[in-house]
Amino acid sequence: MKFLDEFRSGENARRMVQAIRSASVSRRLTLMEVCGTHTMAIARHGIKRLLPETISLVSGPGCPVCVTPNPFVDRAAALAGLPGILIATFGDMMRVPGSSTSLEQERAAGRDVRIVFSTLDALLLAASHTDRKIVFLGVGFETTAPTVAVSILEARKRKLNNYFVLSSHKVMPPAMDAISKGDVHVDGYLCPGHVSAIIGTQSYENLVRRYGIGCVVSGFEPLDILRSIFLLVRQSEENRPRVEVEYTRAVKPEGNPKAMAVLNEVFEPTDAEWRGLGTIPQSGLKIRDAFSDWDAECRIPVEVEPPREPEGCRCGDVLCGRLKPQECPLFGKVCTPETPVGACMVSSEGTCAAQFRFGE
Amino acid sequence: MAAGMNNRAIRLAHGGGGRYTQQLIEDVLLPILGNPVLDPLDDSAVFPMPGARLAFTTDSFVVHPIFFPGGDIGRLAVCGTVNDLAAVGAKPVFLSLGLILEEGFSMDDLKRIALSVKSTADEAGVRIAAGDTKVVEKGHCDQLFINTAGIGVFDGTHPVSGSGAKPGDRILVNGSLGRHGMAIVTARTELGFSDRILSDAAPLGLLVETVLKSVPEVHAMRDATRGGLAAVLNEIAGRSGVGMELDEETLPLDEDVRGACELLGFDPLYVANEGVMVFFIPENRAGDALSAMKTSPYGRSATAIGRVTADSEGRVVLKTRLGSRRIVDMPSGEQLPRIC
Repeated sequence: MKFLDEFRSGENARRMVQAIRSASVSRRLTLMEVCGTHTMAIARHGIKRLLPETISLVSGPGCPVCVTPNPFVDRAAALAGLPGILIATFGDMMRVPGSSTSLEQERAAGRDVRIVFSTLDALLLAASHTDRKIVFLGVGFETTAPTVAVSILEARKRKLNNYFVLSSHKVMPPAMDAISKGDVHVDGYLCPGHVSAIIGTQSYENLVRRYGIGCVVSGFEPLDILRSIFLLVRQSEENRPRVEVEYTRAVKPEGNPKAMAVLNEVFEPTDAEWRGLGTIPQSGLKIRDAFSDWDAECRIPVEVEPPREPEGCRCGDVLCGRLKPQECPLFGKVCTPETPVGACMVSSEGTCAAQFRFGE
Repeated sequence: MAAGMNNRAIRLAHGGGGRYTQQLIEDVLLPILGNPVLDPLDDSAVFPMPGARLAFTTDSFVVHPIFFPGGDIGRLAVCGTVNDLAAVGAKPVFLSLGLILEEGFSMDDLKRIALSVKSTADEAGVRIAAGDTKVVEKGHCDQLFINTAGIGVFDGTHPVSGSGAKPGDRILVNGSLGRHGMAIVTARTELGFSDRILSDAAPLGLLVETVLKSVPEVHAMRDATRGGLAAVLNEIAGRSGVGMELDEETLPLDEDVRGACELLGFDPLYVANEGVMVFFIPENRAGDALSAMKTSPYGRSATAIGRVTADSEGRVVLKTRLGSRRIVDMPSGEQLPRIC
């Protein structure tokens, strides 16, 4: 089976859309996805246009870059300015605006900021630049955090004392909980496929039990997404919210215990600030004291400017699904991918970026 | 210029061939340098001389690595310049070659590149008429930068610009998309691809000549380089004041390029090409144009990929395989530095 063909087949898609239409008998539904890759896939394949108008697809706080508040970028930029520091980061962080600058601007001004594809690259930098301190910016959910945890274990094993992580890692379930009890009405969640491959499906059972909101773990191809929507519609019509896994080729209910073990060995939960959602208890990942030697926040003190939110920016509301990108007064006018005001427009998985790039 | 854009310093994105490049040209350079010959911003400038009409273009090459699967910076220099002349309907005749060399650059590598320039120039039917060589200290340029200029003549053909696309026109390409960009990416990153993707760098002067002889009514042409097909289509949609609709099912993509794009998260519409010419041809002549292309070694997989529309002016829309629609936006220019 060739995934790219089968899971993107126009004919299969038409049949699935027909099934969705047939099943959507009685209700208007609001379905939320909480994964930046889902946001982009839905936009890239024009999926919203295929659905009956009784189904509304909204984006939640699924882009780890977008939910990272300004102070993190400000601290990274401040670290970049210290002598002997090399910042290693995933590409998406480069253009995210902080209070007064971005990493891309810092690089253009001569600071050493490098894009890496994985923490392994960052470790290589540490090994080959023993006179510098390499600070890796840890951004991402449970899909990414285990790899960052492994890098810290590796650094310890190899005695790389010039490797540090600045963690802004977050975990999804507390945010989904916050949304579920918030003011945006959600009838069903498309659950993040790769986060679920790591954490399994137990946390979604809690959502179903507490709030009666259906949860389907979805893959990322158009057919995955369409089928997941169909399953959520069917759950709603039957009045039987539950957890279903559409993405069976990658997700097991127990998740990936090895990855979770590594994550829990290095990180511990902490309260964290999410753009748009405020502080959510136990929703962030902090490096444990046993590994504080590799924690940039502990080991590299730096003065950081007081945070400033850009005027008029509504990223927070967009991230909760309270506002559609095109409803933001700055969208497309002052705030564009080239001149982003907030993170949602610049991140490769940002809701506003998806809307701007692919239109609807 | 919108507030917030840092216009005090050049960013890598200014070299990407997308929106940033466009803004740099339109907001910084054109106000100072603009004149009637430059202003159309076609691939080559077209102007009358006593007894003739000439096309004139310039290009610079900073590609890294300088040797890549399917070509090298020398071949690229000739192809890029020749194709800019061909894109306005001119017959490429002479090229100049300016070399900026880094101290310590290997003499053998220089000879290799010179041989490559020669063989590509022979293939394209052009001659290197002028040259220059400079050397800078180690560390002050990355091995080798090349600048070219090219002159072409109108040999019984008339100039074709980027502003002539008309509603109803078919959009044709001579070959598959995204080869050059993916050849460079897979050559740069140590990803262990077992098969190498080869750049499509090719001189298209003869192919274009064949098309123009068979179908003089070509409305517009442009070669798709950095920024990919998306950049070219958006530019022409803007200049011609038309909309465009592409059919995703018809986009020609080789399996290896498609696979590499999927693995690395690239959208083939935005990946650089160096051997793709985009034609805008009246509907009733599209078949003849395709037949003409297929007689050339660089046109065997020529195909139609969409049409020009009267509505959604300046916008390029893609009809997806699923039957839905989405916009193909102008790239911002940040995907990959030093692609050509």
